[in-house]
Amino acid sequence: MITIIDYGAGNIRSVLRACAEVGAQAFIASDPQVIAKAEKIIFPGVGAAPSAMKNLIKTRLDAAIINAFKAGIPILGVCIGAQIALDSSEEGPQKCLGLVPGKTVRFRLKDKLLKIPHMGWNEVKVVQPHPLLAGIKPGDEFYFVHSFYPQPAEKINIYAVADYGGDFCCALGSRNLFATQFHPEKSGRLGLELLARFANWDGNIDS
Amino acid sequence: MLSKRVIVCLDVRGGKLAKSVKFFDTKDIGDPVAKARQYYEDGVDELVFYDITASRENRDIMIGFVEQVAAQIFIPFSVGGGIRSVADATKLRNAGAEKVNVNTAAVARKELISEIADAIGSQSTILSMDIRRVFRTKEIPSGYEIVVNGGVTPTGLDALKWAKTGEKLGAGELVINSIDADGTKDGYEIKLTRMIADAVGIPVIASGGAGKPEHLYDVLTAGHADAALVASIVHYGQYTCRALKEYLNGRGIKVRMSY
Repeated sequence: MITIIDYGAGNIRSVLRACAEVGAQAFIASDPQVIAKAEKIIFPGVGAAPSAMKNLIKTRLDAAIINAFKAGIPILGVCIGAQIALDSSEEGPQKCLGLVPGKTVRFRLKDKLLKIPHMGWNEVKVVQPHPLLAGIKPGDEFYFVHSFYPQPAEKINIYAVADYGGDFCCALGSRNLFATQFHPEKSGRLGLELLARFANWDGNIDS
Repeated sequence: MLSKRVIVCLDVRGGKLAKSVKFFDTKDIGDPVAKARQYYEDGVDELVFYDITASRENRDIMIGFVEQVAAQIFIPFSVGGGIRSVADATKLRNAGAEKVNVNTAAVARKELISEIADAIGSQSTILSMDIRRVFRTKEIPSGYEIVVNGGVTPTGLDALKWAKTGEKLGAGELVINSIDADGTKDGYEIKLTRMIADAVGIPVIASGGAGKPEHLYDVLTAGHADAALVASIVHYGQYTCRALKEYLNGRGIKVRMSY
């Protein structure tokens, strides 16, 4: 059973519907006590990292997520979920979850023809194998919509990159946490397959 | 690099799929949810649902319809037609639409664009423009005028100026729909699309006039569009989305090929 965390950061029902499509049992929760008992967690979000983080703190969900991470519960972060897994964000002074060392940064594009937000379909290039990325082939594209991206401090935490005026990290991970800047729930069959793999994942990166 | 997008537009009337020719003679052609699912499986990159009666008859958009679509397709889709307020936009977004299109109501009160962008984000706010060719005048120097209410009412607004205003107010994307080309199958209005695409810093979706794959190629290259919107050529089975994308890919356009 997957617990999808609702902390008032965007449309999370699309994640719930995508789980249903792949036959993964999931429900939405916003109570830290419910999340403390979760078997698996999806941590979505759209909007701005600082306000998302403030909401998490206000609802005391920050501690619930940190505890779940420490307890080895498989966690999938999506979009803002990936950004606030890091220590901080250039989008605001608010401290983030700090599950993975690094910082969320703004696109600094030299090419004036590239538009911000980075919105649309782009190739996800796997740079390090991960059970949740199994089966992704060169040329496979996922759906993005964002103006900031996560930049882990250590290469070991970077699992995939995408090219937008240069390569940027679009999938990061550490132990039982995996997080994507792209939206698997909006990425057609390939995204649904990633969610299905998460539904079957035991949280071990070697599995 | 981002891929160019092929977008299918479904005109919806009372929950049924309709296709208009020059915005008038409309006929219903099937169940839009089933059609949407078919296009999704066939590799379309995005879908647009226009409630073609909402604007004219002051009717609310069917939230239930959007929920049905959202349960069936797992790519972004937008909804337009009759969106008049932040509440309308938010309801649609919560029902599962990734983006909303504003058109007539934004012409009537342009602040609507910034209000919606503030509420659901610029990336979810599309300004849709119905445009027709006119004689150049002092008021309409570009020679293209914005028309509203499904293409029947002239506004006196210059299309180029309106596109820039929309961007400034927070629209994250523009749909450039040529009333002259709509339904003709003679190709997109390349000159119009390019003029606006070159003048703004947000993605531009070309609409109206697609009759064959070459037309998509032309508007994505010479027209500088980020996405090409199609309707009739896929609705009546003349081409599949897959065939359109294979054609574009074969001519060197970067499009999403694995789905």
